[in-house]
Amino acid sequence: MNIKPGEYFLQGNEACMEAAILAGARFFAGYPITPSTEIAEGLASMLPEAGGEFLQMEDEIACISAVIGASWGGAKSMTATSGPGLSLMQESIGYAAMTETPVVIVDVMRGGPSTGQPTRASQGDVMATKYGSHGDYQVIAFAPANVQEMFDLTVKAFNYAEKYRVPTFILSDAEIGHMRGLLTVPNEIKIVTRKEKGVRRTDEAYDVPDDLVPPFPTFGKGHKATVTGITHTPKARIEPEDPKVHHELVKRLNDKITNNRRDINKWEIIGPDSKTMVVSYGSASFGGREVAAKDDRIGLLRLKSIWPLPVEPIQEVAGKCEQLLVCEMNLGQLYWEIKRVALEAGCKRIELLSKIGGDPPTPGDVRHKLREMGAI
Amino acid sequence: MDIFDFYRRDHWPHVFCPGCGNGTVMNCFFRAFNEVGWKLDNTVFVSGIGCSSRIPLYINSDAIHTTHGRAIAFATGLKLSRPELDVVVFTGDGDLGAIGGNHFINGCRRNVDLDVICINNNIYGMTGGQASITTPHDFKSTTTPMGNKEYPFDLAEIAVAAGANYVARWTTRHVHELTKSIKTSLNKKGFNFVEVVAQCPTNFGRRNKMAEPSALLEWFKESSVRRDKARAAAVDHVDLNLAGQVTIGEFVSRDRACYHERTGGTAHGDGH
Repeated sequence: MNIKPGEYFLQGNEACMEAAILAGARFFAGYPITPSTEIAEGLASMLPEAGGEFLQMEDEIACISAVIGASWGGAKSMTATSGPGLSLMQESIGYAAMTETPVVIVDVMRGGPSTGQPTRASQGDVMATKYGSHGDYQVIAFAPANVQEMFDLTVKAFNYAEKYRVPTFILSDAEIGHMRGLLTVPNEIKIVTRKEKGVRRTDEAYDVPDDLVPPFPTFGKGHKATVTGITHTPKARIEPEDPKVHHELVKRLNDKITNNRRDINKWEIIGPDSKTMVVSYGSASFGGREVAAKDDRIGLLRLKSIWPLPVEPIQEVAGKCEQLLVCEMNLGQLYWEIKRVALEAGCKRIELLSKIGGDPPTPGDVRHKLREMGAI
Repeated sequence: MDIFDFYRRDHWPHVFCPGCGNGTVMNCFFRAFNEVGWKLDNTVFVSGIGCSSRIPLYINSDAIHTTHGRAIAFATGLKLSRPELDVVVFTGDGDLGAIGGNHFINGCRRNVDLDVICINNNIYGMTGGQASITTPHDFKSTTTPMGNKEYPFDLAEIAVAAGANYVARWTTRHVHELTKSIKTSLNKKGFNFVEVVAQCPTNFGRRNKMAEPSALLEWFKESSVRRDKARAAAVDHVDLNLAGQVTIGEFVSRDRACYHERTGGTAHGDGH
């Protein structure tokens, strides 16, 4: 049953699965892994009730494979995992990018590398999400920072996966996934379904030109579709040796996402004219948010989506402020990307507050670092 | 159906070497497919990576050519999202038994309604002839220049043990029996597995004194033993497959309810 409009007190992972059902998810394949398992457990009963299919597979490689297969059947499909599972899925994530298969992957991040800290939060998978599979490709990744955003951004993840035919991530973590908080389910929720071959509609999925995002030839409808990870022409003929075909295909797969950054990226700014801006996302933003709310000298750019890199808002704040502090729960991953953009925008000083071990940076941590920078 | 309507003629020429066993299997498959009356527009062909995994790209139907070893997992998701479609997997010994071994045994166990046809040529053909999990003991390959010191997997026996609904093995020498087994497989619900031992003259035969396709077919004929007669001998042989004998025949035919019959699954794919 779809969750009804109203107010709820839910866990982040629960908000994610409620949103998935509302967004139209009808297939989930998963493998138990802390701290994402609640999503699989919940959907095991919710999906069959919604007329969908839940499947526990033998490993995460099988999960992502089944999810891609189900998507070609026409179902909105998803999986949920954490770092070790993400590592196993990487080859087929590249396959989904190459074959332009809409899939949603929820990564409830924990401390790595390896088994690391299964029950503690981190943001260690930021680069693995974007660069984990081989070759040049793009994905979309959202970074929720509370229970409400676990809900809202999960709906968006399905919408953008469908619109751009691309693997789309929810990069949550053990803090957000297990946090309980207020969720308001609105009366109306915008749902986007993929542009289908041979179907004429006028809605959002059809906004993008066919030569950038081709219509999806759902299986079993007489399209005689050929889906392959081998370099192929727009008419799905395999051409693994032709440099031009490869260049055109891979360029388009990248362009369809990077050229539409303004449509995809979401962010929040507090105190846009502050001398020092904190840039952060997810649970790493808690501390900076509290500092920015109380101190006029400090502002916050909180990224709600991190891939494709939200170049425009970073440029905007970096061009105006004197210095920038990036807060992350890793040893500096998005920092280098942000620093590159901020330097080009004219910002002179870009510092990093990194904290690993499981606890998000506190307001005290952020103030301490800002004092070092002479910002307060 | 005309055989030329079954294939995507615009995708010819194909990649298979002269004398390859894949053509024989495709031919047998076409006959079985035609005789059971399946429709191309209602069938999806799924494959992984390798020579045999190229077959779906030549069939005039929906086809998904996936990552190495994962065809059964892709097919599982597809079938459960659209139970009304017929799903056939083409795979090879390396794709199915080595890199995809986990999906193979769990596929047998899960019993989703899939027809899996494994063309076992005892070698990695596409990459140039490296030893596979079914290369017979002491046989040569590019990665076993002194002879294979490992013992091969018996894929059909694994499928029996893992719970597949129907299991048969033939060689490309047994075209009538093979066609009949594929027909049985297509007609049966559940996870059905047909293994075909096939010749790879280019990369297997050539290094093992059987460069002529006919030499390999001769060898298949001489080494084939019906499973009921092979049982006693098999006890003494760890190296069941091709090292001395190929056990052939229908190994098992069960009637377990398949996965979506048990879950009461319906179509969810085209609800929009």
